[in-house]
Amino acid sequence: MALAADPMAPIAARVARVRRELKDVWTIDIEVGSGGFPFAPGQFNMLYSFGVGEAAISISGDPARPNTLVHTVRAVGKVSGALTRLKPGEFVGLRGPFGAGWPIDVAVGSDVVLVAGGLGLAPLRPALYRLLATRENYGRIVLLCGARSPRDILFRIELERWRRRLDIDIEVTVDHAAPDWRGNVGVVTTLIGRAAFDRHHTVAMVCGPEIMMRFAASELVNAGVSDEAIYLSMERNMKCAIGHCGHCQFGGDFICKDGPVLTYRHLRDRLARSEI
Amino acid sequence: MDMVQSDERSILTRAGLDALIGTLAARGYRVVGPKLRDQAIIYDDIAGVGDLPAGWTDEQDGGHYRLEQRDDNALFGYAVGPHSWKKYLHPPRLQLWSAKREETGFSISHEPETIPPFAFIGVRACEIQAIAIQDRVFLEGPHVDPHYQVRRAGAFIVAVNCGKAGGTCFCVSMGTGPCAKSGFDIALTELLPGTSEPIYVAEAGSEKGAEILSSLPGRAAQPAEIEAAEAVVTHTAAAMGRSLETAGIRDLLMSNLNHPRWDDVAERCLACANCTMVCPTCFCTSVEDASDLSGEEASRSRRWDSCFTMDFSFIHGGSVRASTKSRYRQWMTHKLATWIDQFDTSGCVGCGRCITWCPVGIDLTEEARAIRDAPAQEAKP
Repeated sequence: MALAADPMAPIAARVARVRRELKDVWTIDIEVGSGGFPFAPGQFNMLYSFGVGEAAISISGDPARPNTLVHTVRAVGKVSGALTRLKPGEFVGLRGPFGAGWPIDVAVGSDVVLVAGGLGLAPLRPALYRLLATRENYGRIVLLCGARSPRDILFRIELERWRRRLDIDIEVTVDHAAPDWRGNVGVVTTLIGRAAFDRHHTVAMVCGPEIMMRFAASELVNAGVSDEAIYLSMERNMKCAIGHCGHCQFGGDFICKDGPVLTYRHLRDRLARSEI
Repeated sequence: MDMVQSDERSILTRAGLDALIGTLAARGYRVVGPKLRDQAIIYDDIAGVGDLPAGWTDEQDGGHYRLEQRDDNALFGYAVGPHSWKKYLHPPRLQLWSAKREETGFSISHEPETIPPFAFIGVRACEIQAIAIQDRVFLEGPHVDPHYQVRRAGAFIVAVNCGKAGGTCFCVSMGTGPCAKSGFDIALTELLPGTSEPIYVAEAGSEKGAEILSSLPGRAAQPAEIEAAEAVVTHTAAAMGRSLETAGIRDLLMSNLNHPRWDDVAERCLACANCTMVCPTCFCTSVEDASDLSGEEASRSRRWDSCFTMDFSFIHGGSVRASTKSRYRQWMTHKLATWIDQFDTSGCVGCGRCITWCPVGIDLTEEARAIRDAPAQEAKP
């Protein structure tokens, strides 16, 4: 019997552009040719640096432009470091897209609150592109961003551009700043209580460090949003992304295929415990 | 000797069993069965009945495994050993592909795997269920593992109904044994009529099994022999070494995630991963990428991994499950509880390997019982 197609085999794709976003964060544009690489906002790919290894990286680009796949990577380890050192014209291995994305369709007719902590804005950006592309389908759109310091604000130019629009509310806060910062200081969860949205008709999408998501979700519940309407994007160790390696298990879910986006209702009891 | 009628039970002698192994080998199967090695009964290639551990049995308990001589020539007079069939269907180490750097990227090639179909001799009922569970993991989800698929598809399964319950067996509790009901091509029950040589009541479970069985030298089974075969498994079922109450076990464990028993077991657990290595259903792997020194050639392999290792749950910043307590809890709640959420079946088949091969004799039936006897009843996640 012949071997069937191997879901663990990446395809080679050309790196078109690599640009530095922050001190340790780069955005990599990958050309995927005329066939495109359709994905849903919130999905991720496995990116492979030849001979080095593979890492799960969220897609941070516009789903309306599937010929260029955009990923934003923080250089934290061997593989992510190698990915950020890629040069235009070099090749990267690609498998995906994987996982369940943001509830773009569920949110039709509702207000949408996006809460991002640090690099968590990257997987939320495709959702924002999609929401803005079909702006008439939604009520208020609120984006709340937290960063460690003004220097760590991801996609700052784009945030400033979006903020000029009159049909989206954007608030940014930083954990700490020099005296020349005139913006908000404090954790991102403090912005939730001040934001204007219809608590009965809101879908919230939250991405950031797990502890930040836990507090953000709890603040959203305090603000009157149903736990069923709050979606979090979870992160776990991933080796295969196809539900076979077991590394990303979280309770009864494999984050790679049952997530990464799951409702707070589904996750809340597990999130409240350590080391699950 | 008469040729065996296909749809009834038939009797094979030791010579008939040897003919079965020979027939399977002649048809291109790689025949694998129990063998004596390193003072244990393990699974390895076999050439004939002479390779089977005739006259041996095992004594098993928590952290305890000893071989003993039987006073007969039984070929299957023992319970399961440290190996399971997963080492063939889901190999411990496997190269997935190799790749060469090229002008326009890289090209991936899969080694042309020439895997002759396996014939497994002596598969126990619990092991058939373990294979069915791994089928769900690797074949029935959104992604199919082609390496498992190619090994599993051609496998010919000769089951053996258990004539001896091991000291750590609890298949009756798990509803998986000791009698194989389906999932085999041929099932055998060993009869030990006094001082004479053992004989085998054989039953076909597939067309292929029936066809091969009918080609073997044998005779139709007498009603008394069929009754005797049934008595063998009844007797085994009544002699289980362990038991596990499974009623409501998912909710029981998931509502006791902070139970003090997890601290207690963590004091004893060495986090050595033996239980996951011997478990016939544990499927976790790590994926490893490598390259040659020139960086022109690369490969990807996978190897068995275990949720008991610190690295298993590592994300930047540290391991999600840093304590032994959390890792034991992850393993046991997955096996007995969240496995049900994921695959609609328990991940445990009651084979007892994790108990026998635990160096400190931790017994999951005892751990589950301790929680059931004094539940803390937290909110259910």
